Amino acid sequence: MTRPTVLVFLDSPDPEAEEVRPAVLELITLGRTLGRVDVLTLGAPSVAVLATLGAYGVENVHQAAVSTNVPAKAHHLTSVLAAVLAEGVRRIDADVLLVPSSFAGREAAAVAAARLGAGFVADASGLAWTDGAAPLRISKRVFAGTWETVSTVASDPAVVTVRANTVVAEPAETVARPDVWPLPVEVGAAAVTVVSRELKHRAAGRPAQEEAAIVVAGGRGTHGDFGPVEDLADALGAAVGATRDAAFEGWFDSYIGQTGVTVAPRVYIGAGVSGAPHHRGGMQASQVIVAVNNDPEAPIFEISDFAVVGDLADVLPQAAAAIRAHKAARQG
Amino acid sequence: MTVRIVVLLKYVPDITSDRRFTDGRVVRDPAEGSLNELDENAVEAALRIVEALPEPAEGEDPHEVVAVTVAPEAADIAVRKAYQIGVGRGIRVTDEALAGSDYFGTTAALAAAVRRLGEDQPVDLVVTGMAALDGLGSVVPALLAEELGWPQLTLATSVSLEDRTLTITREADDAVETLAAPLPAVLSVTDSANSPRYPNFTLIMAARTKPIEVWTAADLELDPAEVGLAGARTTTVDAAPRPPRGELQLVVDKGEGGTALAQFLITNDLV
Repeated sequence: MTRPTVLVFLDSPDPEAEEVRPAVLELITLGRTLGRVDVLTLGAPSVAVLATLGAYGVENVHQAAVSTNVPAKAHHLTSVLAAVLAEGVRRIDADVLLVPSSFAGREAAAVAAARLGAGFVADASGLAWTDGAAPLRISKRVFAGTWETVSTVASDPAVVTVRANTVVAEPAETVARPDVWPLPVEVGAAAVTVVSRELKHRAAGRPAQEEAAIVVAGGRGTHGDFGPVEDLADALGAAVGATRDAAFEGWFDSYIGQTGVTVAPRVYIGAGVSGAPHHRGGMQASQVIVAVNNDPEAPIFEISDFAVVGDLADVLPQAAAAIRAHKAARQG
Repeated sequence: MTVRIVVLLKYVPDITSDRRFTDGRVVRDPAEGSLNELDENAVEAALRIVEALPEPAEGEDPHEVVAVTVAPEAADIAVRKAYQIGVGRGIRVTDEALAGSDYFGTTAALAAAVRRLGEDQPVDLVVTGMAALDGLGSVVPALLAEELGWPQLTLATSVSLEDRTLTITREADDAVETLAAPLPAVLSVTDSANSPRYPNFTLIMAARTKPIEVWTAADLELDPAEVGLAGARTTTVDAAPRPPRGELQLVVDKGEGGTALAQFLITNDLV
């Protein structure tokens, strides 16, 4: 087959962002294994963003200009994003559209696929051509990471949302100098009005849960004190998360689980987490699972690689100190 | 003015059961399935919207909540659960031609059912849960809105309806926002939008014998080539359980548990 074209959507909650999110860099890395990668953005990419995209081998950046009948604060709505994605695919006749998995990303990608008559797979964990040619084979972990399915998409284009931590982001061997192309997108007046919108503030210095390589989560066993959880997370450079129970108690502002954030990091550490089905559904696909719980019968031990039966208020600070000592020694 | 709401239900395997695939399709064993738990929030949201409305004027029809599911016969258990909570009418769309539908085939069937209901009397609102606990795609509400040409308000954590304008707040991904749209619309609610009520005894008894209407693909004038396996744009070619995890290394903390945890991460090159 002629060299396929892969379009990667650079999603960003903040159009002024100076960095490309790790999840997008992973998609570009994955896309390069399939063909030539172009990037689609909303808003003007900064010099720093273009330099990063160039280092990842991206030669063409398509900057969507949404018709002025849609206010900027409505650009993230599914109907508008879907129009942007579909127009991007049409413009460069892309064979594959890759979008980072998130609620908004999945909705927009699915609606774009509907408009393009394309096959759609959500939350993929791997993509490859079949012996170098169509159809595209897409793997996906289901049933809380206990099963893996492989689907083929017969359509051209194929539209796929991809989970974070699917591959390790790696710059290209050859640096490119990306050209930016305007992409006019005509959108009908949105039927949905954005009455108000406020970006959530992320704890300074901590990575996002869904993208972090390590996640430390606290459950009911923290009894509301997330201090030890945050301490270990900061020692590891990890994200902090919580169970639904802990969030509903008001101890944390989001939760990992089937109806919350889905994480699949290299290392998940659950502290005072029992391992209820809801929580497992959002973390069981993690590569290595570590648990700290004072109940030796905690169900989370059944899916753990390493576990400590003990009081998290003792175990976590000790672990954090040992990690810090190790890192200091490595640097020294 | 009468308001008519359609609630979509999905029958799913219990998350604690041994969930599996056979021939590329999810095995749905009637003994191990139930109403998708998140759809109870959708039923509750629909009932609360109706209960907050003024009574229709004299001579007008009463407000109505209709449950619709696209599924085999085993899904009756899900419809009966909705009856127990207080839904007035239930429809199951069942047809061998629909088996193996992808998102688009499922959406086509649901949209056809909504349109069909609308032929009798207009449908004002479709309410769904935030996800199905088997697939977790969360895209059918958006696809249905697209198919019907209606605005979508998804992942609502609170809902209000005033003068035929639906307003929601949502907390999705990176932002907290308030959105509004005129009816008819598609709404999905999260599990923090409400606490589903417990079934009451009278409704439980009535739900046992309350009829469930069954519609076929032909009733909905669905093209068999557009739905089911025939219309699917993706094909599951392989499904296998992932290899089990290795042996658990368990340490009972006697003062060295934290150090052992750190050593585990360090020796496995995870720090």
